[in-house]
Amino acid sequence: MADSTVVSDQQRSGSGQTNPSRGTYIAVITNRSTTLVIRGFMLFSIGVFLALVLNLLQVQRNVTLFPPDVISSIFSSAWWVPPCCGTASAIIGLLYPCIDCRLGEPHKFKREWSSVMRCVAVFVGINHASAKVDFANNVQLSLTLAALSIGLWWTFDRSRSGFGLGVVIALLATLSTQLLVYNGVFQYTSPDFLYIRSWLPCIFFAGVITMGNIGRQLALYECKLMSEKTHQD
Amino acid sequence: MTVRERLREKISAAFYRHGLLCASYPVPIILFTSASILACCYPLLRLPLPGTGPVEFTTRVRDYTVPSHEPQGDLGERPDWYRGPPVAYIQQVLVKAAVSPWDSTLVPVDVFRSPLGRVFSLLEEIRNHVHNDGSGVRSLEALCLQVTDLLPGLRRMQTVLPEHGCLLVSPGNYWQNQRELFDSDPDLLKTVHQHEPKGLHTSATLRDLLFGVPVKHTGVSLYSRKRVVTYTITMVLGSYDARFLSSLRARLRQLHPSVNCSLREDHMVHVHFKEEIGMAELIPLVTTYIILFAYIYFSTRKIDMVKSKWGLALAAVVTVLSSLLMSVGLCTLFGLTPTLNGGEIFPYLVVVIGLENVLVLTKSVVSTPVDLEVKLRIAQGLSNESWSIMKNMATELCIILIGYFTLVPAIQEFCLFAVVGLVSDFFLQMFFFTTVLSIDIRRMELADLNRRLPAEAGMPPPKPGPLRPREAPPPPRPSPYTITLQTPAFRNLRLPKRLRVVYFLARTRLAQRFIMVGTVIWIGILAYTDPAGLRTYLAAQVSEQSPLGEGGAGGLPPHLGVASVFPGPGGDPASTLSVLPAPAEPTPLPENQSQGHHGAPREGVPHQAQAPPLVPQISWGAEDEEGWRRLSFRHWPSLFSYYNITLAKRYISILPVIPVTLHLSPREAIETRHPQDTRHPPPPSLKTNDLPADLTLYKVAALGLAAGVLLVLLLFCLYRVLCPRNYGQNGVAHGRRRRGDLPCDDYGYSPPISEISPLLLRGHSMDIECLASDGMLLASCCLAGQIRVWDAQTGDCLTVIPKHGLRRSSSSGCWEQRDGGRVFDEDEGYPLRRRTTPRPALFEDQPDLTPLIDTNFDSQPPSHLLLTPPRDGFDFGGLVERAYLEHEPPSPGLTASYPSPSPPSGPPPQRRRSLGYIQPPVPQGQGTPDWESAVWAMELRGNLIAAGRSSGKLELWDAVEGSLRCSNEDGVSGITALAFLNNRIVAARLDGSLDFFTVDINKPLGLLQYRGDNIPPSPCYSSEDVISCQLTRSVQCAHQKPITVLNTHTHTYQVSQCGGQDGAICLWDVLTGSRVSHVYGHRGDVTSLVCTTSCVISSGLDDLICIWDRSTGIKLYSIQQEVGCGASLGVISESLLVTGGQGCVSFWDLNFGDLLQTVYLGQSSDGQGVRQLVVLNNAAIVCDFGSELSLVYVPSVLEKLD
Repeated sequence: MADSTVVSDQQRSGSGQTNPSRGTYIAVITNRSTTLVIRGFMLFSIGVFLALVLNLLQVQRNVTLFPPDVISSIFSSAWWVPPCCGTASAIIGLLYPCIDCRLGEPHKFKREWSSVMRCVAVFVGINHASAKVDFANNVQLSLTLAALSIGLWWTFDRSRSGFGLGVVIALLATLSTQLLVYNGVFQYTSPDFLYIRSWLPCIFFAGVITMGNIGRQLALYECKLMSEKTHQD
Repeated sequence: MTVRERLREKISAAFYRHGLLCASYPVPIILFTSASILACCYPLLRLPLPGTGPVEFTTRVRDYTVPSHEPQGDLGERPDWYRGPPVAYIQQVLVKAAVSPWDSTLVPVDVFRSPLGRVFSLLEEIRNHVHNDGSGVRSLEALCLQVTDLLPGLRRMQTVLPEHGCLLVSPGNYWQNQRELFDSDPDLLKTVHQHEPKGLHTSATLRDLLFGVPVKHTGVSLYSRKRVVTYTITMVLGSYDARFLSSLRARLRQLHPSVNCSLREDHMVHVHFKEEIGMAELIPLVTTYIILFAYIYFSTRKIDMVKSKWGLALAAVVTVLSSLLMSVGLCTLFGLTPTLNGGEIFPYLVVVIGLENVLVLTKSVVSTPVDLEVKLRIAQGLSNESWSIMKNMATELCIILIGYFTLVPAIQEFCLFAVVGLVSDFFLQMFFFTTVLSIDIRRMELADLNRRLPAEAGMPPPKPGPLRPREAPPPPRPSPYTITLQTPAFRNLRLPKRLRVVYFLARTRLAQRFIMVGTVIWIGILAYTDPAGLRTYLAAQVSEQSPLGEGGAGGLPPHLGVASVFPGPGGDPASTLSVLPAPAEPTPLPENQSQGHHGAPREGVPHQAQAPPLVPQISWGAEDEEGWRRLSFRHWPSLFSYYNITLAKRYISILPVIPVTLHLSPREAIETRHPQDTRHPPPPSLKTNDLPADLTLYKVAALGLAAGVLLVLLLFCLYRVLCPRNYGQNGVAHGRRRRGDLPCDDYGYSPPISEISPLLLRGHSMDIECLASDGMLLASCCLAGQIRVWDAQTGDCLTVIPKHGLRRSSSSGCWEQRDGGRVFDEDEGYPLRRRTTPRPALFEDQPDLTPLIDTNFDSQPPSHLLLTPPRDGFDFGGLVERAYLEHEPPSPGLTASYPSPSPPSGPPPQRRRSLGYIQPPVPQGQGTPDWESAVWAMELRGNLIAAGRSSGKLELWDAVEGSLRCSNEDGVSGITALAFLNNRIVAARLDGSLDFFTVDINKPLGLLQYRGDNIPPSPCYSSEDVISCQLTRSVQCAHQKPITVLNTHTHTYQVSQCGGQDGAICLWDVLTGSRVSHVYGHRGDVTSLVCTTSCVISSGLDDLICIWDRSTGIKLYSIQQEVGCGASLGVISESLLVTGGQGCVSFWDLNFGDLLQTVYLGQSSDGQGVRQLVVLNNAAIVCDFGSELSLVYVPSVLEKLD
């Protein structure tokens, strides 16, 4: 599930790509609530897509050269997981610019799409590493992932609000996942609880940072459109 | 802080010097970097390419031991994957069986039924084989690879593949290894085929797995020609026991000896399989790459303010990629073999290395002051960003170092690569990218310079001539005199939609590219998944389709495939079953325990004796030695993958095959026959044997042919729909172009029409008759004989050469001219008389004769032709009369004025154009001898005006001073056309002859003697020069009729064209005066002639514009113009043609013959046609309207030329 949120983060970045082309269209609509809905929807769809893809990444590569059910393995987890991740990513992506706005310190650090793309790529890389690299023990895994996540934050975010929000959300998400699992709603594919617990928070944190990055970029774009429009008026 | 400051300064200075270096020696530096990239990438050649097939390693069977896990250094050629035990050992028993002798009573099914039936006894034999020596009893059960469940997704194969036991596959698996099921199976082929996957399947199929040989070679087919059935029994062994295997081998050989078999049995092959990428890995991988490309896209999009964005973006990507390659190469060089999956970590490496530095560099360099030198700009830009670049670099290195201390091997390796990649990337940025950037900036500055220069150097250079630097268009002021041609892209917008779609497809070659990409991908997939199996697959398709296809609706009608439907009425299953202990079965079962010694084969000899020479021969060749090679290389992985065992990065050992030869008697074959089998088609003769395969081929060929024909028809229809009906000749009648009446072509595309007000050059009192220009100056001559020289740039009148002795005939109101003759009184102050029309009514009401007179000036009604000798001018009376009659309604008074147009009288050579005005009303004026000397042709070159007169006199005037420099009176016939080349003048005369004159300029100081070809192409004559003009050569009767136009082409200045009244166009060599080629194209006179480097454009009285290929003289196409306006032509650029029309000029695309645009010049010029049109060097067009000259600019053409 954690990976699914991560996935959702990535999807957001994808939406960033499509955004410029839609710019004029949005400008035409140019209604604040409408743009909010559009933004949320984009974030949501990205989240769902990334949840699916990164879930696949986490599927342990077993023997099968030709597993007959590759496609179905994408949907191996419960059906409600991708939508959840999508929703979460939408919320996070909308929350970050909002908090920036409230705090009165707009995020200025590396505000461009290439940086966002880079962030998403690093995030996927972290997922990849957690899925594919063999670590000696769980502590090492946790430490490495934590270092990578914080490096991600330092490279692409560097805002205190972003860090705080990321930590809080990561803890909450981990807690809720654990609760779900204990209540039997959901089961890990891997029986090793410790293993999963060791990487889950870090992945969540990185995902939150990435999503926030995308959300801020989208919001920035929207701001530009708004200001242009006011100029025109 | 001071240390930091100093460091910063030092770094900045170093970068500055480096920037200077890079910008100063771009080419050597780029060469050096390329060389170092190549050198660093060289070790990569030794790396295996990813995605190739499995790797083999052969060892001897005799001294085989399971390799140990530790790498052993002593065995050099041993590959590094050859460690530890293999996943499995594969032992195949290759069975070749045939019914012999074959007799005609046998049915096709007999070919394989009884041979296949023998598999069960063989299996029994193998399963029950026990080797017993001192160490204990071994059986297959103990050695074989025990498998468990099949994968959950393979439930349908549960009946066929073994589960929970030995992995032992053979064709018998189709019948659960039970002879009873086999014997009661009415249709063996159907059983075999029902497990085949539908559709295209390139990997190993179940049939391949069970038979162990490619489908084509099994011989299990109704139409098998060889009648030999081949299959294998594949044993998968978990452990290797040489003694058991050799005893099994000996046992089988003893039972079923293969006489002529000489297969080598001493080598075993170990096959190592690569890792394969499944869908599960592929999707995240693709996602990563998409993100990577998005990153690159968004990064390079920011490159701005450079000459070529794409070039720089490419350079940036090349920088990153080659730094990665360099890092991998360097790591390999130092013995660090990459164990990571390169494709997976590659995007992350790119992201870590990043394109940021490149972008920062570009931005910094671009933002330096533009007026600096390029070198300095680069250096300054570099040094500005030096600190941040170094800081970033240090930070990244630190992060990577931290990563290195995670002590996770994979991460350490990644970090190592990243470090090397970062360093090499820095190197490339500094040397490669900076240099490319400097080149780009230099190019941009050059472009800027070029754009700015003309504006500054707008003044005409003092030395006029064809070779002087191209005149800048008058600064691109948005003046009303300029015509802006629409760009082709915009033109496309006005096309109909379907054409736009088609054009788009054609322009981008979408379909072609799509097909190409598709083909490449398809081939790639095939080759990747099944390099070896592709051929066998295709072959199998063909050979296999035939029985399958024929089974339903074959060429042999009576026995259609009803067999499967029949419940099996007759027959005696009991008898078939009783055959089970076949009489030919040689060995009693209890003997199936080898004791280290073997009894002599008892039945071997009889078998051989039974085989007559005519029977199907079972032969063992080298290809049987390793029959598994003919299988798909995915054969073994897929077999193991059914049991959830991966072969990726592991290897299997394939033991030498055990050959088994089976000869079955026809009796046995008949006994094992199922009653349904006879329902199959009777045994086809050998001849019909060939038929099915050939039939399939024929069918395929016929289908292909039909499809091809259909395709051609479809394309033809498409062509007819999309293409214009008269594609070859663009003779689209555009109708008469009039305002508000938009002409449109077949597609509904109407060329745009616009209107501008031209720069008007006024000054002539009468209609302008001749117009000449050399780009700088513009000379015009009006009916009144007045020559004016204009500055073509500004439109100022420079010189006026009045017509001396011009006298108005008061009686007729026409101009009567007195020839100044050779005596030129130099009274410059001769008052230019304005045309004070004595009878204004006449001139106002005068019908517009310009088009008629202009184009028809030489044509004469045929009746008059007979009356008048050609030399004596022509009768225009009838013509004029006709014209007047046509215009009778608007000017009724005119006819009254000229009640009887007199027929031409012999004496006076007529004036050409002014004739229509003058001759009819003033018969008495013609008598004066001075009369004749009107200017009929004029040409301007340098500052010399060559004027050809009606009297046949050629005069050279100084354009600036307005003085006569020279004259030549060698000819008597009027000069109708002139061409002025460097020092040669070609004059065409009324009598159809062509005279070549040479102009000699003798400088009084004797500085230079211009002669022949050494004359500079832009002769400049000063006023002191003595100019003489000599007739060098004369070609009589160049044309049958008077020459009307003459044109020279200065690019290759030996060709001159002339068009005559006979509609012929001749190309002449100016130097020799000989005719090069000669074409006929017009039904009337050729009235105008221009040429480009590749083609000649002519227009004639028939209002047709013909475009000829210049070298071959072939007419490319023709354009039908509206009536009366095809006389004036001009070529602006190689592909742009200007024609004059009624108050407008039209632009045509020469390549396609399309009308691009029509531009109306001014408001008032509606009715007047453009009779003369001259294109100046700077894309200005001068055309005459009555007594005015209009000057317009077409600046967009010049931009295109640049």
